[in-house]
Amino acid sequence: MPQNVWSLLAFGDTGWGDELLAGASITVQLAIVSLACGLILGLILAFGRLSHWRALRWLTDVYIIFIRGTPEFLVLLLVFFGLDQVVHMAATGLGFQSGFEIPKFAAAVAGLSLIFGAYASEVFRGAYLAVPPGQIEAAMACGMSSSQVFRRIRLPQMWRFAIPGLTNLWMVLLKDTSLAAVIALDELLRQAKVASEATREPLLFYVSAGVLYLVLTGISDIVRHRLERSAQRGFAR
Amino acid sequence: MFEIAKSYLKLKIAMSDGVCAGLDPITPHLFASQCTRFIDGFIVTLELLVFSSLIGFAVAVLIVMARVSGRPLLSIPAQAYTYVFRGTPLLVQLWILYYGLGSLGEAGLGPLWPFFKEGWWVGLLTLVLNTSAYVAEILRGGIENLPRGQVEAAEACGMGWWLRMRRIIFPQALRIAWPAYGNEIILLLKGSALVSTVTVLDLMGQTRTIFARSYNLSIFLYGAILYLVMAGAITLILRFVEHRMAIPRVARKAAADPATAPTR
Repeated sequence: MPQNVWSLLAFGDTGWGDELLAGASITVQLAIVSLACGLILGLILAFGRLSHWRALRWLTDVYIIFIRGTPEFLVLLLVFFGLDQVVHMAATGLGFQSGFEIPKFAAAVAGLSLIFGAYASEVFRGAYLAVPPGQIEAAMACGMSSSQVFRRIRLPQMWRFAIPGLTNLWMVLLKDTSLAAVIALDELLRQAKVASEATREPLLFYVSAGVLYLVLTGISDIVRHRLERSAQRGFAR
Repeated sequence: MFEIAKSYLKLKIAMSDGVCAGLDPITPHLFASQCTRFIDGFIVTLELLVFSSLIGFAVAVLIVMARVSGRPLLSIPAQAYTYVFRGTPLLVQLWILYYGLGSLGEAGLGPLWPFFKEGWWVGLLTLVLNTSAYVAEILRGGIENLPRGQVEAAEACGMGWWLRMRRIIFPQALRIAWPAYGNEIILLLKGSALVSTVTVLDLMGQTRTIFARSYNLSIFLYGAILYLVMAGAITLILRFVEHRMAIPRVARKAAADPATAPTR
Protein backbone atom coordinates (compact mmCIF):
# COMPACT_ATOMS: atom_id res chain seq x y z
CA MET A 1 0.00 0.00 0.00
CA PRO A 2 2.73 2.59 0.77
CA GLN A 3 3.57 2.89 -2.93
CA ASN A 4 -0.04 3.76 -3.60
CA VAL A 5 0.00 6.38 -0.84
CA TRP A 6 3.06 8.14 -2.21
CA SER A 7 1.68 8.20 -5.74
CA LEU A 8 -1.52 9.78 -4.42
CA LEU A 9 0.46 12.47 -2.61
CA ALA A 10 2.86 13.03 -5.51
CA PHE A 11 3.18 16.31 -7.36
CA GLY A 12 1.99 16.74 -10.91
CA ASP A 13 -1.10 15.56 -12.76
CA THR A 14 -1.42 12.18 -11.13
CA GLY A 15 -0.92 13.06 -7.47
CA TRP A 16 -2.57 15.57 -5.16
CA GLY A 17 0.54 16.87 -3.37
CA ASP A 18 0.70 20.10 -5.35
CA GLU A 19 -3.02 20.75 -4.89
CA LEU A 20 -2.66 20.35 -1.13
CA LEU A 21 0.29 22.73 -1.06
CA ALA A 22 -1.62 25.25 -3.19
CA GLY A 23 -4.43 24.96 -0.65
CA ALA A 24 -1.99 25.55 2.20
CA SER A 25 -0.78 28.66 0.40
CA ILE A 26 -4.36 29.98 0.15
CA THR A 27 -4.79 29.20 3.85
CA VAL A 28 -1.73 31.28 4.73
CA GLN A 29 -2.80 34.14 2.46
CA LEU A 30 -6.28 34.11 3.97
CA ALA A 31 -4.87 34.18 7.49
CA ILE A 32 -2.42 37.01 6.75
CA VAL A 33 -4.93 39.25 4.97
CA SER A 34 -7.48 38.63 7.75
CA LEU A 35 -4.83 39.41 10.33
CA ALA A 36 -4.09 42.79 8.72
CA CYS A 37 -7.77 43.74 8.39
CA GLY A 38 -8.54 42.38 11.84
CA LEU A 39 -5.76 44.37 13.51
CA ILE A 40 -7.07 47.61 12.00
CA LEU A 41 -10.62 46.77 13.05
CA GLY A 42 -9.34 45.80 16.50
CA LEU A 43 -7.64 49.15 16.98
CA ILE A 44 -10.77 51.02 15.91
CA LEU A 45 -12.93 48.95 18.25
CA ALA A 46 -10.49 49.40 21.12
CA PHE A 47 -10.73 53.17 20.78
CA GLY A 48 -14.51 52.81 20.61
CA ARG A 49 -14.45 51.00 23.94
CA LEU A 50 -12.14 53.57 25.51
CA SER A 51 -14.03 56.54 24.10
CA HIS A 52 -15.81 59.20 26.14
CA TRP A 53 -19.05 58.77 24.23
CA ARG A 54 -21.29 56.36 26.02
CA ALA A 55 -23.21 55.40 22.87
CA LEU A 56 -19.99 54.39 21.12
CA ARG A 57 -18.82 52.37 24.12
CA TRP A 58 -22.16 50.63 24.31
CA LEU A 59 -22.18 49.86 20.59
CA THR A 60 -18.70 48.31 20.59
CA ASP A 61 -19.53 46.36 23.75
CA VAL A 62 -22.60 44.87 22.10
CA TYR A 63 -20.59 43.94 19.04
CA ILE A 64 -17.90 42.23 21.09
CA ILE A 65 -20.42 40.32 23.18
CA PHE A 66 -22.12 39.19 19.98
CA ILE A 67 -18.86 37.85 18.49
CA ARG A 68 -17.74 36.21 21.73
CA GLY A 69 -20.99 34.32 22.15
CA THR A 70 -21.72 33.33 18.56
CA PRO A 71 -20.02 30.40 16.82
CA GLU A 72 -17.36 31.48 14.31
CA PHE A 73 -19.04 29.18 11.84
CA LEU A 74 -22.33 31.05 12.14
CA VAL A 75 -20.64 34.44 11.80
CA LEU A 76 -18.83 33.26 8.68
CA LEU A 77 -22.02 31.97 7.06
CA LEU A 78 -23.92 35.11 8.05
CA VAL A 79 -21.26 37.30 6.44
CA PHE A 80 -21.00 35.08 3.37
CA PHE A 81 -24.72 34.99 2.62
CA GLY A 82 -25.22 38.54 3.86
CA LEU A 83 -22.59 39.99 1.53
CA ASP A 84 -23.96 37.85 -1.26
CA GLN A 85 -27.45 39.29 -0.82
CA VAL A 86 -26.20 42.86 -0.45
CA VAL A 87 -24.10 42.60 -3.62
CA HIS A 88 -26.95 40.96 -5.43
CA MET A 89 -29.38 43.71 -4.41
CA ALA A 90 -26.90 46.45 -5.27
CA ALA A 91 -26.19 44.90 -8.65
CA THR A 92 -29.84 44.53 -9.62
CA GLY A 93 -30.56 47.97 -8.18
CA LEU A 94 -27.95 49.51 -10.45
CA GLY A 95 -29.50 47.75 -13.42
CA PHE A 96 -26.95 44.96 -13.86
CA GLN A 97 -28.10 41.48 -14.68
CA SER A 98 -28.12 39.22 -11.66
CA GLY A 99 -25.53 36.51 -11.33
CA PHE A 100 -23.10 38.81 -9.63
CA GLU A 101 -21.07 36.89 -7.09
CA ILE A 102 -18.97 38.03 -4.18
CA PRO A 103 -15.48 36.46 -4.30
CA LYS A 104 -15.29 33.74 -1.68
CA PHE A 105 -11.87 34.89 -0.56
CA ALA A 106 -13.21 38.37 0.21
CA ALA A 107 -16.18 36.94 2.10
CA ALA A 108 -13.91 34.70 4.17
CA VAL A 109 -11.56 37.61 4.93
CA ALA A 110 -14.52 39.74 6.00
CA GLY A 111 -15.87 37.05 8.32
CA LEU A 112 -12.53 36.11 9.84
CA SER A 113 -11.39 39.69 10.40
CA LEU A 114 -14.71 40.63 12.02
CA ILE A 115 -14.07 37.84 14.52
CA PHE A 116 -10.36 38.59 14.94
CA GLY A 117 -11.05 42.32 15.36
CA ALA A 118 -13.43 41.77 18.26
CA TYR A 119 -10.93 39.66 20.20
CA ALA A 120 -7.99 41.88 19.24
CA SER A 121 -9.79 44.95 20.59
CA GLU A 122 -9.86 43.28 24.01
CA VAL A 123 -6.12 42.70 23.79
CA PHE A 124 -5.45 46.29 22.70
CA ARG A 125 -7.64 47.69 25.44
CA GLY A 126 -5.83 45.57 28.03
CA ALA A 127 -2.46 46.70 26.65
CA TYR A 128 -3.55 50.35 26.70
CA LEU A 129 -4.59 50.08 30.34
CA ALA A 130 -1.52 48.04 31.30
CA VAL A 131 0.82 51.01 30.90
CA PRO A 132 1.43 52.13 34.50
CA PRO A 133 -0.43 55.38 35.30
CA GLY A 134 2.70 56.76 36.97
CA GLN A 135 4.41 56.90 33.58
CA ILE A 136 1.51 58.82 32.07
CA GLU A 137 1.56 61.27 34.98
CA ALA A 138 5.32 61.65 34.66
CA ALA A 139 5.00 62.37 30.94
CA MET A 140 2.29 64.95 31.57
CA ALA A 141 4.41 66.51 34.31
CA CYS A 142 7.17 66.85 31.70
CA GLY A 143 4.73 68.94 29.71
CA MET A 144 3.76 66.47 27.00
CA SER A 145 0.41 66.94 25.33
CA SER A 146 -2.00 64.03 25.37
CA SER A 147 -1.18 63.12 21.78
CA GLN A 148 2.52 63.16 22.64
CA VAL A 149 1.87 60.95 25.65
CA PHE A 150 0.07 58.54 23.39
CA ARG A 151 2.73 58.49 20.68
CA ARG A 152 5.80 58.43 22.89
CA ILE A 153 4.74 56.58 26.02
CA ARG A 154 1.67 54.47 25.37
CA LEU A 155 2.01 53.20 21.81
CA PRO A 156 5.58 51.83 22.11
CA GLN A 157 4.69 49.94 25.27
CA MET A 158 1.29 48.69 24.10
CA TRP A 159 3.18 46.54 21.61
CA ARG A 160 4.96 44.79 24.46
CA PHE A 161 1.78 44.12 26.39
CA ALA A 162 -0.24 43.12 23.35
CA ILE A 163 2.17 40.60 21.80
CA PRO A 164 1.27 37.51 23.86
CA GLY A 165 -2.45 38.06 23.32
CA LEU A 166 -2.11 38.77 19.61
CA THR A 167 0.09 35.77 18.86
CA ASN A 168 -2.46 33.64 20.64
CA LEU A 169 -5.21 35.10 18.45
CA TRP A 170 -3.13 34.43 15.36
CA MET A 171 -3.07 30.72 16.22
CA VAL A 172 -6.86 30.76 16.61
CA LEU A 173 -7.22 32.62 13.30
CA LEU A 174 -4.96 30.19 11.45
CA LYS A 175 -7.10 27.27 12.60
CA ASP A 176 -10.35 29.10 11.91
CA THR A 177 -9.42 29.54 8.24
CA SER A 178 -10.41 25.88 7.84
CA LEU A 179 -14.05 26.98 8.21
CA ALA A 180 -13.78 28.58 4.77
CA ALA A 181 -13.82 25.04 3.35
CA VAL A 182 -17.54 24.99 4.10
CA ILE A 183 -18.16 27.94 1.75
CA ALA A 184 -16.05 26.10 -0.87
CA LEU A 185 -13.04 28.40 -0.84
CA ASP A 186 -10.11 26.36 -2.18
CA GLU A 187 -7.99 26.42 0.94
CA LEU A 188 -6.18 23.47 2.46
CA LEU A 189 -9.09 21.57 3.98
CA ARG A 190 -11.27 22.07 0.91
CA GLN A 191 -8.50 20.73 -1.34
CA ALA A 192 -8.24 17.68 0.91
CA LYS A 193 -12.02 17.23 0.57
CA VAL A 194 -11.87 17.48 -3.24
CA ALA A 195 -8.96 15.03 -3.34
CA SER A 196 -10.67 12.57 -1.04
CA GLU A 197 -13.86 12.68 -3.05
CA ALA A 198 -11.96 12.07 -6.30
CA THR A 199 -9.85 9.22 -4.95
CA ARG A 200 -12.15 7.85 -2.24
CA GLU A 201 -9.28 8.04 0.23
CA PRO A 202 -10.64 10.51 2.84
CA LEU A 203 -8.53 9.18 5.71
CA LEU A 204 -5.27 9.73 3.85
CA PHE A 205 -6.09 13.24 2.64
CA TYR A 206 -7.68 14.59 5.81
CA VAL A 207 -4.73 13.30 7.86
CA SER A 208 -2.34 14.91 5.34
CA ALA A 209 -4.22 18.20 5.71
CA GLY A 210 -3.98 17.84 9.48
CA VAL A 211 -0.22 17.33 9.24
CA LEU A 212 0.12 20.44 7.06
CA TYR A 213 -1.89 22.46 9.60
CA LEU A 214 0.42 21.13 12.28
CA VAL A 215 3.40 22.35 10.26
CA LEU A 216 1.82 25.81 9.91
CA THR A 217 1.03 26.10 13.61
CA GLY A 218 4.49 24.73 14.44
CA ILE A 219 6.15 27.46 12.38
CA SER A 220 3.86 30.04 14.01
CA ASP A 221 4.92 28.75 17.40
CA ILE A 222 8.59 29.38 16.62
CA VAL A 223 7.84 32.89 15.35
CA ARG A 224 5.74 33.49 18.44
CA HIS A 225 8.61 32.64 20.77
CA ARG A 226 10.93 34.97 18.87
CA LEU A 227 8.41 37.82 18.95
CA GLU A 228 7.69 37.38 22.63
CA ARG A 229 11.35 37.35 23.42
CA SER A 230 11.98 40.50 21.42
CA ALA A 231 8.97 42.20 23.04
CA GLN A 232 10.35 41.38 26.48
CA ARG A 233 13.83 42.66 25.68
CA GLY A 234 15.34 44.51 28.60
CA PHE A 235 12.60 43.56 31.03
CA ALA A 236 13.15 41.23 33.92
CA ARG A 237 10.58 38.46 33.95
CA MET B 1 -32.92 1.48 30.03
CA PHE B 2 -35.06 1.62 26.94
CA GLU B 3 -37.95 3.01 29.00
CA ILE B 4 -35.77 5.81 30.33
CA ALA B 5 -34.62 6.74 26.84
CA LYS B 6 -38.21 6.78 25.66
CA SER B 7 -39.46 9.02 28.42
CA TYR B 8 -36.46 11.33 27.95
CA LEU B 9 -37.42 11.66 24.30
CA LYS B 10 -40.98 12.48 25.31
CA LEU B 11 -39.70 15.05 27.78
CA LYS B 12 -37.65 16.73 25.05
CA ILE B 13 -40.66 16.97 22.75
CA ALA B 14 -42.80 18.33 25.57
CA MET B 15 -40.08 20.84 26.40
CA SER B 16 -39.77 22.24 22.90
CA ASP B 17 -43.58 22.36 22.56
CA GLY B 18 -43.93 24.14 25.87
CA VAL B 19 -41.17 26.64 25.25
CA CYS B 20 -42.52 27.44 21.81
CA ALA B 21 -46.05 27.89 23.08
CA GLY B 22 -44.67 30.45 25.50
CA LEU B 23 -42.50 32.20 22.92
CA ASP B 24 -45.17 32.25 20.21
CA PRO B 25 -46.89 35.55 21.10
CA ILE B 26 -43.66 37.48 21.75
CA THR B 27 -41.52 36.46 18.79
CA PRO B 28 -41.65 37.38 15.09
CA HIS B 29 -43.68 35.12 12.86
CA LEU B 30 -40.63 33.72 11.06
CA PHE B 31 -39.14 32.51 14.33
CA ALA B 32 -42.42 31.28 15.77
CA SER B 33 -43.15 29.20 12.67
CA GLN B 34 -39.80 27.39 13.00
CA CYS B 35 -39.60 27.51 16.77
CA THR B 36 -39.72 23.79 17.54
CA ARG B 37 -36.82 23.20 15.14
CA PHE B 38 -34.74 25.88 16.84
CA ILE B 39 -35.49 24.52 20.30
CA ASP B 40 -34.81 20.94 19.20
CA GLY B 41 -31.42 22.09 17.94
CA PHE B 42 -30.85 24.04 21.15
CA ILE B 43 -31.39 20.87 23.17
CA VAL B 44 -29.02 18.83 20.97
CA THR B 45 -26.32 21.49 21.35
CA LEU B 46 -26.89 21.57 25.10
CA GLU B 47 -26.58 17.77 25.31
CA LEU B 48 -23.35 17.79 23.34
CA LEU B 49 -21.97 20.60 25.48
CA VAL B 50 -22.84 18.96 28.81
CA PHE B 51 -21.48 15.54 27.87
CA SER B 52 -18.35 16.78 26.12
CA SER B 53 -17.43 19.22 28.89
CA LEU B 54 -17.87 16.64 31.66
CA ILE B 55 -16.10 13.76 29.88
CA GLY B 56 -13.52 16.18 28.48
CA PHE B 57 -12.72 17.44 31.97
CA ALA B 58 -12.20 13.90 33.28
CA VAL B 59 -9.89 13.08 30.36
CA ALA B 60 -8.04 16.36 30.86
CA VAL B 61 -7.36 15.52 34.51
CA LEU B 62 -5.81 12.21 33.44
CA ILE B 63 -3.70 13.93 30.79
CA VAL B 64 -2.45 16.66 33.08
CA MET B 65 -1.53 14.11 35.75
CA ALA B 66 0.49 12.23 33.15
CA ARG B 67 2.02 15.51 32.02
CA VAL B 68 3.22 16.58 35.47
CA SER B 69 4.08 13.07 36.66
CA GLY B 70 7.76 13.57 35.91
CA ARG B 71 7.94 10.22 34.12
CA PRO B 72 8.90 10.60 30.45
CA LEU B 73 6.95 7.47 29.53
CA LEU B 74 3.78 9.27 30.63
CA SER B 75 4.56 12.91 30.10
CA ILE B 76 5.83 12.70 26.51
CA PRO B 77 2.68 11.05 25.10
CA ALA B 78 0.58 13.55 27.06
CA GLN B 79 2.57 16.40 25.58
CA ALA B 80 2.23 14.97 22.07
CA TYR B 81 -1.51 14.61 22.56
CA THR B 82 -2.02 18.25 23.57
CA TYR B 83 0.32 19.42 20.82
CA VAL B 84 -1.56 17.60 18.07
CA PHE B 85 -5.05 18.51 19.22
CA ARG B 86 -4.19 22.15 19.88
CA GLY B 87 -2.21 22.47 16.68
CA THR B 88 -4.88 21.35 14.22
CA PRO B 89 -8.32 22.83 13.52
CA LEU B 90 -11.32 21.20 15.17
CA LEU B 91 -13.00 20.87 11.78
CA VAL B 92 -10.07 18.79 10.46
CA GLN B 93 -10.20 16.53 13.51
CA LEU B 94 -13.91 16.07 13.05
CA TRP B 95 -13.61 15.21 9.37
CA ILE B 96 -10.69 12.82 9.96
CA LEU B 97 -12.80 10.90 12.46
CA TYR B 98 -16.13 11.03 10.64
CA TYR B 99 -15.28 10.91 6.93
CA GLY B 100 -11.76 9.47 7.30
CA LEU B 101 -12.25 6.66 9.79
CA GLY B 102 -15.87 6.31 8.73
CA SER B 103 -14.71 5.44 5.21
CA LEU B 104 -13.20 2.22 6.53
CA GLY B 105 -16.76 1.02 6.97
CA GLU B 106 -17.99 -2.07 8.70
CA ALA B 107 -15.15 -4.15 7.26
CA GLY B 108 -12.43 -1.96 8.74
CA LEU B 109 -14.01 -0.89 11.99
CA GLY B 110 -15.81 -4.07 13.01
CA PRO B 111 -17.73 -3.62 16.26
CA LEU B 112 -16.93 0.12 16.32
CA TRP B 113 -18.84 0.74 13.09
CA PRO B 114 -22.22 1.57 14.71
CA PHE B 115 -20.40 4.23 16.73
CA PHE B 116 -18.58 5.83 13.79
CA LYS B 117 -21.71 5.73 11.64
CA GLU B 118 -23.46 8.30 13.83
CA GLY B 119 -22.49 11.93 13.42
CA TRP B 120 -23.62 12.68 16.97
CA TRP B 121 -21.27 10.15 18.55
CA VAL B 122 -18.31 11.11 16.39
CA GLY B 123 -19.06 14.76 17.10
CA LEU B 124 -19.10 14.06 20.83
CA LEU B 125 -15.84 12.08 20.60
CA THR B 126 -14.13 14.86 18.66
CA LEU B 127 -15.28 17.55 21.07
CA VAL B 128 -14.08 15.46 24.03
CA LEU B 129 -10.64 14.86 22.47
CA ASN B 130 -10.29 18.51 21.47
CA THR B 131 -11.46 20.16 24.67
CA SER B 132 -9.51 17.78 26.91
CA ALA B 133 -6.27 18.92 25.26
CA TYR B 134 -7.09 22.59 25.91
CA VAL B 135 -8.35 21.99 29.45
CA ALA B 136 -5.26 19.92 30.27
CA GLU B 137 -3.11 22.86 29.19
CA ILE B 138 -5.21 25.26 31.29
CA LEU B 139 -4.92 23.03 34.36
CA ARG B 140 -1.19 22.67 33.83
CA GLY B 141 -0.95 26.46 33.86
CA GLY B 142 -2.80 26.45 37.19
CA ILE B 143 -0.51 23.81 38.66
CA GLU B 144 2.64 25.59 37.55
CA ASN B 145 1.44 28.89 38.98
CA LEU B 146 1.07 27.34 42.40
CA PRO B 147 3.60 28.63 44.95
CA ARG B 148 6.45 26.13 45.18
CA GLY B 149 6.46 26.36 48.98
CA GLN B 150 3.02 24.77 49.23
CA VAL B 151 4.15 21.62 47.48
CA GLU B 152 7.28 21.51 49.62
CA ALA B 153 5.24 21.99 52.78
CA ALA B 154 2.95 19.13 51.77
CA GLU B 155 5.99 16.94 51.13
CA ALA B 156 7.40 17.92 54.51
CA CYS B 157 4.12 16.84 56.12
CA GLY B 158 4.77 13.42 54.64
CA MET B 159 2.06 13.49 52.02
CA GLY B 160 2.52 11.13 49.10
CA TRP B 161 2.15 12.15 45.45
CA TRP B 162 -1.50 11.23 45.19
CA LEU B 163 -2.50 12.85 48.48
CA ARG B 164 -0.61 16.01 47.61
CA MET B 165 -2.32 16.11 44.24
CA ARG B 166 -5.76 15.60 45.72
CA ARG B 167 -5.59 17.89 48.75
CA ILE B 168 -3.10 20.61 47.91
CA ILE B 169 -2.31 20.96 44.25
CA PHE B 170 -5.48 20.19 42.37
CA PRO B 171 -8.05 22.18 44.42
CA GLN B 172 -5.91 25.29 44.21
CA ALA B 173 -4.90 24.83 40.59
CA LEU B 174 -8.58 24.56 39.71
CA ARG B 175 -9.31 27.90 41.40
CA ILE B 176 -6.47 29.60 39.58
CA ALA B 177 -7.50 28.04 36.27
CA TRP B 178 -11.24 28.61 36.64
CA PRO B 179 -11.64 31.84 34.62
CA ALA B 180 -9.62 30.38 31.75
CA TYR B 181 -11.67 27.20 32.05
CA GLY B 182 -14.84 29.25 31.70
CA ASN B 183 -13.47 30.72 28.46
CA GLU B 184 -12.77 27.23 27.19
CA ILE B 185 -16.37 26.15 27.84
CA ILE B 186 -17.63 29.07 25.77
CA LEU B 187 -15.18 28.13 23.00
CA LEU B 188 -16.41 24.54 23.25
CA LEU B 189 -19.99 25.74 22.82
CA LYS B 190 -18.98 27.67 19.72
CA GLY B 191 -16.91 24.81 18.40
CA SER B 192 -19.82 22.41 18.81
CA ALA B 193 -21.52 24.22 15.91
CA LEU B 194 -19.14 22.38 13.58
CA VAL B 195 -20.89 19.05 14.18
CA SER B 196 -23.55 20.38 11.82
CA THR B 197 -21.07 19.56 9.01
CA VAL B 198 -21.34 15.86 9.85
CA THR B 199 -25.14 15.67 9.58
CA VAL B 200 -25.97 16.45 13.22
CA LEU B 201 -29.03 18.67 13.62
CA ASP B 202 -27.76 20.73 16.51
CA LEU B 203 -28.69 24.41 16.83
CA MET B 204 -26.37 25.32 13.96
CA GLY B 205 -27.59 22.39 11.87
CA GLN B 206 -31.22 23.39 12.34
CA THR B 207 -30.38 27.03 11.63
CA ARG B 208 -28.69 26.05 8.37
CA THR B 209 -31.58 23.80 7.38
CA ILE B 210 -34.16 26.50 8.00
CA PHE B 211 -31.99 29.03 6.15
CA ALA B 212 -31.62 26.73 3.16
CA ARG B 213 -35.42 26.67 2.85
CA SER B 214 -36.23 30.34 3.32
CA TYR B 215 -32.97 32.06 2.38
CA ASN B 216 -33.84 34.71 4.96
CA LEU B 217 -30.82 36.13 6.77
CA SER B 218 -32.68 36.80 10.01
CA ILE B 219 -32.68 33.02 10.54
CA PHE B 220 -28.96 33.28 11.32
CA LEU B 221 -29.66 36.10 13.75
CA TYR B 222 -32.22 33.99 15.60
CA GLY B 223 -29.69 31.17 15.78
CA ALA B 224 -27.07 33.61 17.05
CA ILE B 225 -29.43 34.93 19.74
CA LEU B 226 -30.04 31.40 21.00
CA TYR B 227 -26.29 30.77 21.14
CA LEU B 228 -25.86 34.06 23.01
CA VAL B 229 -28.53 33.04 25.51
CA MET B 230 -26.70 29.79 26.14
CA ALA B 231 -23.30 31.50 26.41
CA GLY B 232 -24.75 34.06 28.84
CA ALA B 233 -26.28 31.36 31.02
CA ILE B 234 -23.00 29.42 31.09
CA THR B 235 -21.08 32.55 32.09
CA LEU B 236 -23.48 33.17 34.99
CA ILE B 237 -23.30 29.57 36.20
CA LEU B 238 -19.49 29.52 36.04
CA ARG B 239 -19.28 32.80 37.93
CA PHE B 240 -21.61 31.42 40.59
CA VAL B 241 -19.41 28.33 41.00
CA GLU B 242 -16.34 30.55 41.18
CA HIS B 243 -17.83 32.48 44.08
CA ARG B 244 -18.91 29.31 45.80
CA MET B 245 -15.48 27.75 45.74
CA ALA B 246 -13.52 30.90 46.48
CA ILE B 247 -11.61 30.77 49.77
CA PRO B 248 -12.86 33.60 51.99
CA ARG B 249 -10.40 36.43 52.59
CA VAL B 250 -7.91 35.06 50.07
CA ALA B 251 -7.41 37.48 47.23
CA ARG B 252 -7.94 35.91 43.85
CA LYS B 253 -5.06 35.89 41.42
CA ALA B 254 -5.19 38.26 38.51
CA ALA B 255 -6.53 35.65 36.15
CA ALA B 256 -6.92 37.89 33.15
CA ASP B 257 -3.20 38.53 32.80
CA PRO B 258 -2.72 37.87 29.08
CA ALA B 259 0.91 36.95 29.52
CA THR B 260 0.17 33.99 31.78
CA ALA B 261 -3.14 32.93 30.28
CA PRO B 262 -2.90 29.56 28.58
CA THR B 263 -2.71 29.85 24.85
CA ARG B 264 -5.22 28.52 22.44
